Amino acid sequence: MSTYPHSPSLSPLPLLSPLQVNALVKRFGQVVAVDDISLEMRAGECLGLLGPNGAGKSTLIRAIAGRVIPDSGQVAIFGASAGSPQARAALGWVPQDLALYPRLSATENLRSFGSYYGLTGKKLDQAVTWCLDWAALQDRAGDLVSTLSGGMKRRLNMAAGLIHQPRLVLMDEPTVGVDPQSRNRIFEMIEALRAEGMTIIYTTHYMEEAERLCDRIAIVDHGRIIALDTREALVHTSFASRSQVLARLEGPPGKVSEWVESRRGRLVENTAEFTIEGPKEIAALLDAASDAGLELVDLSLRRPNLESVFLHLTGRELRD
Amino acid sequence: MITPIVRTAILALRRDRGSMVLSFVVPIAFFSIFAVIFGGQHDTVPKIKIIAVDEDQTSASQQLLSGLENDGSLTVLTKPAPTKEQPQPTPYTAATAEDAVKAGDVSVALIVPHGWGANPISFRGDSGAPSIQLLSDQSDVIAPQMVGGLLQKAAMTSMPYTMAEQGMKYTEQYLGAYTPEQRKKMEDTLDRLRHLQSDQGKGNAGSASSSSTSSSGSNTGGIIAVTTRSVVGENKKSPMISFYAAAIGVMFLLFTSTGSAGALLDEAESGALDRVLSSRITMTGLLAGKLVFNILLAFTQLTLMFLWAWAVFKLDFFTHIPGFIVMGLCTAFAVAAFGILLASVCRTRAQLGALSTLLVLTMSAIGGSMFPRYLMSEAMQKAGLWTINAWAIDGFTKVFWRDLPVTALWQQVSVLLAIGIVLFAVARRIARRWEYA
Repeated sequence: MSTYPHSPSLSPLPLLSPLQVNALVKRFGQVVAVDDISLEMRAGECLGLLGPNGAGKSTLIRAIAGRVIPDSGQVAIFGASAGSPQARAALGWVPQDLALYPRLSATENLRSFGSYYGLTGKKLDQAVTWCLDWAALQDRAGDLVSTLSGGMKRRLNMAAGLIHQPRLVLMDEPTVGVDPQSRNRIFEMIEALRAEGMTIIYTTHYMEEAERLCDRIAIVDHGRIIALDTREALVHTSFASRSQVLARLEGPPGKVSEWVESRRGRLVENTAEFTIEGPKEIAALLDAASDAGLELVDLSLRRPNLESVFLHLTGRELRD
Repeated sequence: MITPIVRTAILALRRDRGSMVLSFVVPIAFFSIFAVIFGGQHDTVPKIKIIAVDEDQTSASQQLLSGLENDGSLTVLTKPAPTKEQPQPTPYTAATAEDAVKAGDVSVALIVPHGWGANPISFRGDSGAPSIQLLSDQSDVIAPQMVGGLLQKAAMTSMPYTMAEQGMKYTEQYLGAYTPEQRKKMEDTLDRLRHLQSDQGKGNAGSASSSSTSSSGSNTGGIIAVTTRSVVGENKKSPMISFYAAAIGVMFLLFTSTGSAGALLDEAESGALDRVLSSRITMTGLLAGKLVFNILLAFTQLTLMFLWAWAVFKLDFFTHIPGFIVMGLCTAFAVAAFGILLASVCRTRAQLGALSTLLVLTMSAIGGSMFPRYLMSEAMQKAGLWTINAWAIDGFTKVFWRDLPVTALWQQVSVLLAIGIVLFAVARRIARRWEYA
């Protein structure tokens, strides 16, 4: 994979934060989509943006891209106001939708989007070559987008967001609907960018992706950032040294849920979840189940992960 | 097995508003539009507008023109309409009447020459007096025929004395002199007819002096001798080719333009529009780019259409290049802006399809793309002026049919450019919905 060709015009700005969001508020009628969000990114950082559907992630992303005018607050990209020509040049956007021209080839798509950013001549040629190489699409460069596989379209969609060599990239669920092989390839592409020092905001519903790719993770709910830290710090903040015990129990109808509730646990799809401080608590839990007349079918111990944190903070109720 | 399929199809149709509109609303709308255009014609029969020049100024010529003026199917002009510059315009002469036909102001001009009244009736065309001249525009094949017929009718109904007197002369010339008794009876009859004709003349005097309406007809084999001369298109091989090249061309330009502009909706749906607008491209730049593309597309279409007309139907294309370029670009600009406006108004491709079909076919019907506007009632002809089609067709007709110079297109050019500018400005305003949330 070739080296990312940083835009020389952006290099004099290393001291400026790639992204600063300050007290951002956006309302749609009575709905507060973004409620006083503040955020600052470090250069070369990959920030995961997690949240249930309707939490306000997309509005935040669109505000950063300059496509939403906030009711109050500011967004600055390398010091330039979001939506300004400088901010547009510094920002790459990989939307969740396949925002491509289906009747154009991969190369023609890249050339079109490159020219929209003012690239011409040799610079455009080099950018297109780099993008095709980065997305592993050299062999299909002349093929129409409509004839590419889902994974190829996803990779081309990402490449189109980087054609103008931005310094900050917004990636909105770039792995939606792709097979494990393509997803792995996309991870490698992102890791190659990270190795070159690219600053990335990565939204996803796949926790393992955020765990693998992101330095810090922001969890957004009801228009607010309810947690922002490294994965380890988030787990520690939510669970400290506690672990989770997962137990499948059998007993009279209603008895299981009543007992789980009495032990301050949660019943999820017939599996009881308990948070414990140490392994010693397991024996006491099993004794209590036996005393209640419940039969233990299966038992496992799990260290809390990002998904545990996410569900712990945002709850288990359906959002849409 | 079949019922669930039918039920599903009905549900899908009910949810597809575009298909619903195309299936049920558009046909009814079209039926109504055509019913209004043609069904109401019996109330407002389209009048044929002609110019009449009476060089003869005899009682016979005045009687004849009075008879034409009284015919409900003609509007006769004897002088131009007053303007600010010329509040009291001078009556038409043979030369200015010919110019007016060439300019397309009227399809027919009728000239009653000096000396015609001395011997107005010409059963066999051997009266020796000069014949009435009809100056016609060949692009209107109906008007000269109709005016010719009405002219003969007027001669029969409005000049009974002249007819009888002329008949007596022919009888004496070919059969021999009347006996005194026959002559007395004939003269008594002529007296009555003279009074009758005189009374008719007095009754018609008011409308004749109004100098605005009368009726005419032309036929060289009738009661009165008429010579028809084409002053526009006399050397053209196919009178209607340029008309239909423009008429059909503009209609399909409108369809193509709306279809092409619909790419905006596809891009909005796929997210490509968001991506484009997050680049250096602004909404104004994007719409301007689409507009320029649509102009080029439309102009290429028109060029192909006229080249085909040249190659296959012998349209005289290459001697009219400057006029074609001016009219082609102005028409392309107006239709391109129309397409952009429709795309910015609609939310989906289905909406765009339904709305554009309805509007384009309506504009084409009223604006003369389907049949010439001079066949429509006056009200419909005025309504047609609200369409791009009418102005474009008028302009191309001036270029290819009347051989008028580019400067004569100022009116069509101004209107088409104004239409384009206004439609694009409105489209830009509406497109703000795509810019920011």
